[in-house]
Amino acid sequence: MTAELTYFDGRGRGESVRFMLAATGTEFTEVFLKDKEHFTELRNGGDLLFKQVPLLKIDGLKLVQSQAICRYLARKHGMNGKTPEEKARVDMVNEGAHDFLSYFIPIGFATNTDEILKDIKSNHLDRYLPIFEELLIESSSGYLVGDSLTYADMTLFEVLLLAEENFPDSLATFPKLKAFMVKIGSLPRIKTFMESPQKKWIPQPDYVAHAKSVLY
Amino acid sequence: MHTMAPGEKARLTYFNGRGRGESVRFILAAAGVEFTERFLTEKSQLDKWRADGELLFLQVPLLEMDGMKIVQTLAITRYVARKYGLDGKSAEQKTRIDMLNEGARDFLENYFGIGFVPSTEKLLAQIKDTVLPRYMPIFERELAENTSGYLVGDTLSYADVTLLEALLNTEEFLPGSLKDYPNASKFLAKVSSLPQMKTFLQSSLRKGPNNDVYINTVRTVLEF
Repeated sequence: MTAELTYFDGRGRGESVRFMLAATGTEFTEVFLKDKEHFTELRNGGDLLFKQVPLLKIDGLKLVQSQAICRYLARKHGMNGKTPEEKARVDMVNEGAHDFLSYFIPIGFATNTDEILKDIKSNHLDRYLPIFEELLIESSSGYLVGDSLTYADMTLFEVLLLAEENFPDSLATFPKLKAFMVKIGSLPRIKTFMESPQKKWIPQPDYVAHAKSVLY
Repeated sequence: MHTMAPGEKARLTYFNGRGRGESVRFILAAAGVEFTERFLTEKSQLDKWRADGELLFLQVPLLEMDGMKIVQTLAITRYVARKYGLDGKSAEQKTRIDMLNEGARDFLENYFGIGFVPSTEKLLAQIKDTVLPRYMPIFERELAENTSGYLVGDTLSYADVTLLEALLNTEEFLPGSLKDYPNASKFLAKVSSLPQMKTFLQSSLRKGPNNDVYINTVRTVLEF
């Protein structure tokens, strides 16, 4: 039975789930939120534990909370670290990467996108990029933790894509991060996903308007 | 770089107050892990710890335990939970606990603003009017459906510990607001009277509500 992801036809918090589905080689179909009625129906229906999307139906389960979904997929496929210490490290690094990622999520939705970008550039870019560069310098495998792909790598990949998209030369002085992007982007499953129609891109105005009409 | 002395217990580094550190205190208590505390009181300490590489993401809380320096509140929580069997028995339980903990966390974090926001009164009114009606029915239903009195399975999990913290805040700042939620009320009584939680809640490890000293310290050290 194929997994089914319910979310907007856009990135937002659903994209992290898509990346993990891709990384774990999990085929999935998508249900896009059509309109407010559709969302209300879903919320009243009982599948959305906290009345929010994304929702992933998989293995007979109805999973919500994007990071909990990612950790489920990671545990299932051994992408969560090998030892108790590694598991803690992957979790910790992922939390930091996710904090960084969260600053980018409102872009295109908030009325003050310029302020958001300014805030990221002044306060977060130079704070986080060196930390991840350092982690990769210390790693002999080119992955953030241990010697294989973990969910922390996928979160970092996602946020670095957004960093490059919004601040084109931001990775110029971080050779390990640049190499990391190539490494992860060249993994067969990730490459296939990036080139597939399931990969979502920059929110266009009509997508933003649609998403707002569903939510508000 | 400072390292823990041989035989030293787990050590939490945080401000001398609740904030995000309190959740770490709760889970350590729930797991029966003894710990000491190192308090952040001045910016110079934060600068030094950052420079010494103790804080991976330049933030507290930091838990030193089992030879590791763990940061990020939820990563700390899940590590302790995994080690001490507070994370569910089956794959399905582990995920359910993870999901419920995320929701309980969203609920709990509303209380962090007390004393920091321009109007605590407005914040509490907002919690009462929108946050409680949003979250309480969900937890009430989960507790009703799971007959053990815990959120998932039949033993304490880290989701229960987060919910406990949120409900204690609710009772403290919005007294009486749990009267419409009998299962949550029972849960609160049950979990707060578990021996390890009772001992913790009566100890000085359990920090008091945000006061001026705490708020000023945080503002000064974190420069906001």
